[in-house]
Amino acid sequence: MSPAPAVTRAEYCVIACAEAWRDDGEVLASPMGTIPSIGARLARRTFSPDLLMTDGEALLVGPDGTPEGWLPYRRHLTAVTGGRRHVMMGASQIDRFGNQNISCVGDWERPRRQLLGVRGAPVNTLNNPTSYWIPKHSRRVFVERVDMVCGVGYDRAAAAGPSATRFHRIPRVVTDLAVLDFATPDRSMRLASLHPGVTVEEVREATGFGLSVPAEVPYTREPTALELELIRTVIDPGGAREREVAEPVPRAGEGGR
Amino acid sequence: MSDKTMSADEAVARLESGMTLGIGGWGSRRKPMALVRALLRTDVTDLTVVSYGGPDVGLLAAAGRIRRLVTAFTTLDSIPLEPHYRAARERGAFALTEVDEAMFMWGLHAAANRLPFLPVRAGIGSDVMRVNPGLRTVTSPYEDGETLVAMPALRMDAALVHMNRADRAGNGQYLGPDPYFDDLFCEAADTAYVSCEQLVDHLGTTALGKETAPQTLLLDRSAVTGVVEAPNGAHFTSCAPDYTRDEPFQKLYAATPYEQFAERFLAGDEEAYRSAVRTWHEERG
Repeated sequence: MSPAPAVTRAEYCVIACAEAWRDDGEVLASPMGTIPSIGARLARRTFSPDLLMTDGEALLVGPDGTPEGWLPYRRHLTAVTGGRRHVMMGASQIDRFGNQNISCVGDWERPRRQLLGVRGAPVNTLNNPTSYWIPKHSRRVFVERVDMVCGVGYDRAAAAGPSATRFHRIPRVVTDLAVLDFATPDRSMRLASLHPGVTVEEVREATGFGLSVPAEVPYTREPTALELELIRTVIDPGGAREREVAEPVPRAGEGGR
Repeated sequence: MSDKTMSADEAVARLESGMTLGIGGWGSRRKPMALVRALLRTDVTDLTVVSYGGPDVGLLAAAGRIRRLVTAFTTLDSIPLEPHYRAARERGAFALTEVDEAMFMWGLHAAANRLPFLPVRAGIGSDVMRVNPGLRTVTSPYEDGETLVAMPALRMDAALVHMNRADRAGNGQYLGPDPYFDDLFCEAADTAYVSCEQLVDHLGTTALGKETAPQTLLLDRSAVTGVVEAPNGAHFTSCAPDYTRDEPFQKLYAATPYEQFAERFLAGDEEAYRSAVRTWHEERG
């Protein structure tokens, strides 16, 4: 058998996103963005077969797109508040305790840039596990303080009391460089794994706050042969993943991988 | 039963400046756009608009009709950021009550049920509390002692919604995959005006059959004031299964300065609008 083409950065991102839904059981996976969608579908086709997913509108659909249930917005909100859901949202800004902003940049009263609005970020973060996907890890996104707290971080949830912390959990933040989590004593952000080819220095440079970095940082795991096959030929044969995260150009003096 | 049919212009003639106006649909989905266009032909202004925002909000904001907007987002769906809404926000054109999607829904439920508020977990810990200093919390009187947000009722003077079918009495039917929150909008408002793709004499006998279940009869006439027949009345938003979103036209809307768009498409009545849209599509080839 000829060796498969090398694993791309986008494919490591898919694996890292898929892992967010491992061991979630029979809950609704709500991925937002191309790579999280591929990741969730991959998880369902492999290690998390009981996940539920929608067609992006009001139907619950199986892996082949066949409807299996009805989930209009009003019932989707019950899935959120009932907790049987794990969402992966985007973030225009995120801080070291996981506070997230998608509403606006600048002063809320008169924003420099109006974005989406808070949408469902407040209800998501207080009610069901909320992970994040950031396709371009940079200091513009990873900031010391977000301009508007939409998704609630660990410090803000703790300050708001037991009703806020009761179901609050941010399992992971996946970026084009790394996986981050909040497995630290003070619940500040930690580097959990590097995608192969990325250095700790690179992540630090792209992060606008002090990141907790363990002595040994593992690499994001390799996809299995079956996973690569599913990603490349079944779930994303058109290569949409490569358009969301481009393959990095090897730096001079490095041979690439 | 009384015949509640009226024209779009007659419906919006009942609206007054300063009113709190709910608009149904969601983002760029089944918005009562023909009614919004009719509203733009009046001089009604100074509105408090309550909406899961889409181009309804964009148009009204661009035309300077909004004093305050109550919303969780404003989006065109396939175009995530609504450009006219954005521009209006960035020039500080109106006041904003920004709440979470679920808080918004509970506000509608509270109003529809004539309650002053409903408790909701969403909001605490977030800056929704900071930007809405009037929001209060409520503590559970039971053993758990939880503190939750007391989402105030979103009571409205009038609501505008768009259905696939309606009858002359005001019963309304949706045929797409999602009712959105249009029943709640009607029940939470003192008056409600329903536009529809197709007007039928009596929904119960003419619209129900093997293909359509009674659950599709979303609106009952007790909460509906006026019925407007408006084919293609959600254009350019989607109105499944009657039609999908007019994506090329939405792109044009998003890329065109409001004055220019209004001059070409909103200067006349609904028939003129349809004709202008047809011409534009023909020119495009």
